[in-house]
Amino acid sequence: MLYIPGNNPAMIQQSGVYGCDAVLLDLEDAVALNQKDAARILVRNMLQTVEFYDTEVCVRVNNMHTPFGLADLEEIVPLQPDNIRFPKTETVQDVKDFMKEVRRIEKKHGIKNPTMTIHVMIETAKGVANVYDIANADSRIDAITIGGQDLTADMGIVKTPDGVGIDYARKRIVMAGKAYGLDVLDTVFADVNDEEGLREETEYIKKIGFAGKALINPRQVDVVHEVFNPTENEVRKAYRVYSEFIRNKNAGIGVFAIDGKMVDAPVVQRAITVLEYANIDLKEIEKSVAS
Amino acid sequence: MKNALGVEIPEYIEGFGELKPFRGVWKSIIEDEAPATNISRTLKAKKPHTSKLCDNLEAAIKKCNPFDGMTVTFHHHLRGGDGVLMQTIKILDEMGIKDITLASSSLTSAHDGLVPYVEKGMITKIFSSGIRGRLGEIISMGKLKYPAIIHSHGGRVRDFLTGRIKPDLSVLAASAADEEGNATGSHGPSAFGSMGYADIDARYSKNVIIVTDNLVDYPCVPSTVRQHFIDYVVKVDSIGDASKIASGTTRITTSPMDLRIARIAANVIEHSGLFKDGMSFQVGAGGASLAVAKFLREDMKRKDIKGSFMIGGVTSYGVDMLNEGLFQAIFDVQSFDAAVSSSVLNNPNHIEITCDQYANPNNCGSMTNKLDVVVLGALEVDVDFNVNVITGSSGEIRGASGGHSDTASGANLTVVVCPSFRGRLPIVKDRVHTVVTPGESVDVIVTERGVCVNPSKPNLAAALIKAGVKVVDIKDLKEKVDAMTGIPAEKELGDKIVALVEYRDGTIIDVIYNVENLS
Amino acid sequence: MTPKFKAQAGTFESSDIMVLIEPVTEETGRQIDISSTVMLQFENDIKTTINQVLDELDIQDVHLIAKDKGALTPTIKARVEAAVKRSLGIQEGTM
Repeated sequence: MLYIPGNNPAMIQQSGVYGCDAVLLDLEDAVALNQKDAARILVRNMLQTVEFYDTEVCVRVNNMHTPFGLADLEEIVPLQPDNIRFPKTETVQDVKDFMKEVRRIEKKHGIKNPTMTIHVMIETAKGVANVYDIANADSRIDAITIGGQDLTADMGIVKTPDGVGIDYARKRIVMAGKAYGLDVLDTVFADVNDEEGLREETEYIKKIGFAGKALINPRQVDVVHEVFNPTENEVRKAYRVYSEFIRNKNAGIGVFAIDGKMVDAPVVQRAITVLEYANIDLKEIEKSVAS
Repeated sequence: MKNALGVEIPEYIEGFGELKPFRGVWKSIIEDEAPATNISRTLKAKKPHTSKLCDNLEAAIKKCNPFDGMTVTFHHHLRGGDGVLMQTIKILDEMGIKDITLASSSLTSAHDGLVPYVEKGMITKIFSSGIRGRLGEIISMGKLKYPAIIHSHGGRVRDFLTGRIKPDLSVLAASAADEEGNATGSHGPSAFGSMGYADIDARYSKNVIIVTDNLVDYPCVPSTVRQHFIDYVVKVDSIGDASKIASGTTRITTSPMDLRIARIAANVIEHSGLFKDGMSFQVGAGGASLAVAKFLREDMKRKDIKGSFMIGGVTSYGVDMLNEGLFQAIFDVQSFDAAVSSSVLNNPNHIEITCDQYANPNNCGSMTNKLDVVVLGALEVDVDFNVNVITGSSGEIRGASGGHSDTASGANLTVVVCPSFRGRLPIVKDRVHTVVTPGESVDVIVTERGVCVNPSKPNLAAALIKAGVKVVDIKDLKEKVDAMTGIPAEKELGDKIVALVEYRDGTIIDVIYNVENLS
Repeated sequence: MTPKFKAQAGTFESSDIMVLIEPVTEETGRQIDISSTVMLQFENDIKTTINQVLDELDIQDVHLIAKDKGALTPTIKARVEAAVKRSLGIQEGTM
């Protein structure tokens, strides 16, 4: 997910072409206090006109405790971007207050079946402490994100390249997200020129369960994709597992073996995840098995 | 008369005679009778053990007996740092010579000083592969007496051989030379690498002067231009601005947009069917075009591909790829940065070639005809895949044809990289302002908003789609971009022809009309 | 409505437009001064866009100066709207 400053028209108008899965148009930290109004209007206009192609669009609004949060919602919610991100979430009550405004604005604009989902962002110690309840606070939450810069600041520590200070928070947030079926996204990697550092960190956060990573420059897209995209070998294996699974299922067999190794439900589930990362349509596999 | 692209071409132009219309990329070369060579070596006997050294450039020029209406030629290997061309013109002007035909292999930002000489009619004709800056503007405004001729690099060699350009005096800068005129750009304090464009001038000009800031003891080894063609040698303090002649190494762009376009272009190459051992490759030196080399380099390593050769327009980036064993050889007609010069000098697989060998359409072995993949830039492209690299958004002359049409015609896969719009100006047009490279020789146009494949290559389109490349119809792309930017109002052009774009085979592919009131 | 304050919105960056608004006395009408890197191709288009936003916001009397670096239409609209709202004192802005 690529972060784009909300007051930068050059970057917003091109943000859909970099091949990232999602862009985040930021009205919060990337916008100076005295430009909040201009950014809000700009993002509102751009959402209506710019072609984002297959890229999901998320808007990060300001926290409701600031003078800008409610005004942001008034402009953005009616346009129903794919998701809206609620920063510095600390308590269940925060989510409730926020969703109350979202629903009020949707109702006001006659939006009966809202498609927009909610991303909550955890970037304080209190938020980390309450993350399990926050993750379950509203059915429209479908992703949860850690904000590393603000979190280390809140903890009064320095953010180090090894990420040791936020390691507990990362793992706790992942677990909370997994518990409630949410995607969990990692924080930014600030040094655009350190490709190897980015790769190492991305490999690590993939291992501990994150589904994606925030980017601050389009140049970082390839590295993160390379880490998250399954290798050709993994895809081939997963394809085989899934097609065997379908073939056996059609024959009424639940557990079977490939190359002498037992294939059960978790193995199949992992294969499905790999195929989804590789953008392979499961239905196509099912069809080819059937024919 | 109309040419194959529907452009109205005058049958006759004062100062040049009859013109032939462009008929197609290979049609004239294959079907027409070969043009007669109309050039001869000048016999230049000289007594044994006499000196060619002259005190200064003025003295050397005087010995060449300059006359009104003469043709003076130069190479552009000093790029934006050239000091020799301006110095020569100034001397000729002070001698009262007028009505000069200027034939430089290209003209750069270092040649804005030509403006007053054009305006007062001292220079009345210009042949070049590129014209930029203020000079381009005043030519666009109709200040040059006869239309400028824009040729390709290969076309320039042909123009010498057919006698369209008849060189009377060639003043050739070198970074090292000896008293007999053996000269090179590969060593010396002002080293600029290959001297490939100067070969044709040295061979056929009636009078050849070598100008160097680095006169070395005889013999100058290695040398590119050889003594038996050279009339005079001049040692000067400076041949130009060293910092602009050869500056460090060329860096890959950090522009996310250029990198994105380059990444897509590299994907196109990878899935074109040509990405295999023995591949030959050429890439431009700027922006997205050079960045393709970065991604191709990674892809070649990943897939363990060993290429055959690169040609260019060589940057230090290409040299690195040679040194890593990704290619067996570089054929270098022109070098772009300081690091390249030492490679030309020291690496036997880095081979300096003449422009004749590089791109002359009328020889039997030009390198461009051996090329698999070339990646080129564009100022504008159109829905017929024609490419403009010479005129800007107002129709003003501001670019260079260079080897664009030469390489496009020869390569198996010609990839043009460009953003879909620049600063609100859409790059994909219904018709480009000026066609330099015809769509017939362009296979793929890569933009950040999709890849357009020439309809003449349906198999390529199918292969790319199968590989997951986002292939779009160029007309659809144009519509989408227009919807974003709005449709620009076009400036009305005048009715005076200020330049002719000569295709590499000598036919006229497009004409450039005057533009009023360029600020 | 009539602008009360001097105000501006936008930047001098590429693909952006800097819009400055100066209050004028009522009944003087609109004075719009445009300079642009794509003046030749888009002067009329930019003017139309600006007028459209001024119409929507019901601004009749204003001196508006626009310095454009190739902004797309939604950006031009956003910058004019932000500048006008700032000049009306509706939104906190910068000057």
